[in-house]
Amino acid sequence: MFGWIGTILRVNLTTGAITRESLSPELAKEFIGARGLGAKILFDEVDPGIDALSPENKLIFAPGPMTGTFAPSSGRYDVVTKSPLTGAIAASNSGGAFGPELKFAGYDMVIFEGKAATPVYLWIHDNQVELRDASAIWGKQVPETTEALQAATHEDAKVACIGPAGERGVLFASIMNEMHRAAGRSGVGAVMGSKNLKAFVVMGSGAVKIAEPETFETAMWKARNKIMEHPVGGTGLKAYGTDVLVNILNEIGSLPTRNFRDGYFPTADKVGGETLSAKRLVRPKACFSCVISCGRVSQVTGGKFAGRGEGPEYETAWGFGPDCGIDNLDAVLKANFLCNEYGLDTITMASTIACAMDLFESGIITTEDTDGVALTFGNADAMVEMVTKTALREGFGEKLALGSYRMADSYDHPEFSMTCKKQEMPAYDPRGVQGIGLNYATGNRGGCHVRGYTISVEVLGNPVKMDKDAIEGKAELDITFQNLTAALDSTGSCLFATFGIGGDELAEMLSAVTGIPYSTEDFMKAGERVWNLERLWNLKVGYTSADDTLPERLLTEPIKTGPSKGKVSLLPQMLPEYYSLRGWDSTGIPTPQKLEALGLQAEAASLA
Amino acid sequence: MAKVLMIHPDKCTGCRNCELACAFSHDSSQFRLRTTRVHVYIWDREGFSVPMMCQQCEDAACLAVCPTGALQRNTETSVVEWDSNRCIRCRMCTLACPFGCAVYDAESSAILKCDLCEGEPACVEACPNKALEYVDDTVATYSRKKAFSAKFKDAFQESH
Repeated sequence: MFGWIGTILRVNLTTGAITRESLSPELAKEFIGARGLGAKILFDEVDPGIDALSPENKLIFAPGPMTGTFAPSSGRYDVVTKSPLTGAIAASNSGGAFGPELKFAGYDMVIFEGKAATPVYLWIHDNQVELRDASAIWGKQVPETTEALQAATHEDAKVACIGPAGERGVLFASIMNEMHRAAGRSGVGAVMGSKNLKAFVVMGSGAVKIAEPETFETAMWKARNKIMEHPVGGTGLKAYGTDVLVNILNEIGSLPTRNFRDGYFPTADKVGGETLSAKRLVRPKACFSCVISCGRVSQVTGGKFAGRGEGPEYETAWGFGPDCGIDNLDAVLKANFLCNEYGLDTITMASTIACAMDLFESGIITTEDTDGVALTFGNADAMVEMVTKTALREGFGEKLALGSYRMADSYDHPEFSMTCKKQEMPAYDPRGVQGIGLNYATGNRGGCHVRGYTISVEVLGNPVKMDKDAIEGKAELDITFQNLTAALDSTGSCLFATFGIGGDELAEMLSAVTGIPYSTEDFMKAGERVWNLERLWNLKVGYTSADDTLPERLLTEPIKTGPSKGKVSLLPQMLPEYYSLRGWDSTGIPTPQKLEALGLQAEAASLA
Repeated sequence: MAKVLMIHPDKCTGCRNCELACAFSHDSSQFRLRTTRVHVYIWDREGFSVPMMCQQCEDAACLAVCPTGALQRNTETSVVEWDSNRCIRCRMCTLACPFGCAVYDAESSAILKCDLCEGEPACVEACPNKALEYVDDTVATYSRKKAFSAKFKDAFQESH
């Protein structure tokens, strides 16, 4: 095969059996790879009703067919599993060079099943595949684990691992590769921990073959130049990182502040990308094959928040910053570094702390609950302290480790949790940007911006500008972005490539790499197929249209200050149109006609 | 005038586009990054990366140690060239190079070293950050010198 290697590796952690299977060319064509192919395998093999942290769950690592090639910003892999946080399908992708290395070692996918009796790690060196004892590194943080495993295998091996948070089953633990890159959302690290799988180490000397080199070369340079000439993809993200969005969102009054009590934070600039670049940036960093370099190597040289690592991304700076009422960049950086070292999703961690601060300020919890800490908005020391407590599940950390929904619900106030399907929303207030609210509400992995990044159009004007406050056309916009992103994720490409290119360029490159002619329509349809398949699985989990919603606060309590003052989300007015345009019935269930058009008849039958 | 390949580690972001370009320009049918002539080494903890490739040394150890003359200097371009027909695969050159920039690939039974792509290095064209430059050898370090001198300028301005 071209693009794809043609091999799936299956690792049964209960029995220790390791088997190789051929990748079906038909499935590869229909579901592309990474997120899409992972969803298909999960759908076929995992009962949606199981406990996500039981041995019955499977943990799938999958790069895409473009991963490992010269296609710009295409070096990603996806982790697909049942999420312990949402119960829905989890698909978290990560960059760095782990995905390409897995391809070079000779695999399109690795499926972990069962549960090891004692801690283990998987070591893949081309055809040599072994499960090895990890008891000596169990308990270690991500950087120490990474270095210990490189010492035990090869200094250039790529390591994906969990930290103490994943080992302890924190419901939003991440999987980290190359220390700083995260498959962050939905608790994929907790699933890894539940299987006693500490790490996955890989080194490969093989190749990714290209079907049509000359066509690929032309398409690749065209795509690459478009990204490099784009004001965001070419210059903005390298200069300031994603954190540049802090001021942009604050200026339109859509920067969620103090657990979404407000949408405007007067001193937001102190944690924004411009300040970060001026004061704490060491250098920009890129993932494999990337022309953007949005990564931030940053450092706090002295004081109680001293540390060095990567970050923050915009959502991290927002979460540990304005959402907690904090404008101390060093505290934000420290919380970010701790999350990376312990293996925690920064968005859910930050938003859960913000929720706890809200509960505290509302008198629902007191210092008796919080180990004596005054958990008030703006308390940077408390915020940083809570990250460690969560990772280690110490004291109040035991509550925080559940995520904001279960935590708030345990105090009988679930309405304080700013989540969709129990996953925390990121840094764009749906009251000030209407389309993103519809995307959060309909997201297959719960509250998430990177399933359908309508911000690109509604705020940044890429590739066209739409009125952020209007609801007309937003259902269609959401669907287009959701389908495009599902297809793009499935190739192994980065969402940021869309700052320059779209379905046309991606389909061209995918066709040249694989030798299968994908028209732009074929490509978008593959994305729609993946989206509907994920939806079907979530329906089988038990989710219904009643869950396609936003927290009550966003629907009824207007933003109090700033440019978006007085606005609420108009989600109920957009949702029926969304269902209709999706080809779903009024209760959000895909119609038989739609599923047949997507070739999902067999999957639909399993729903009955 | 001869040209040299200049490395600017301070500008490298670790994207490895140079490796991809090198792989593609030598064999466009596949991406096999173990066989590239340039390798980017990345220190994850420190967040530092640097591309490494043959610098076509004037007093080249690989050339001196080669027993069959398989490595020869092209007097016109200054490139140390490898001749597959003369090479007996003793791999002495890979041991002699103090930088590890001559590598033996068992799969293709070849010595892999930078050949400067006949005067148009693919890695230079592919670097999105200008961390690699192909410049006249006499002025090669001037830009670096000037960049450093700018620090004096900044320091001077700050103190006034």
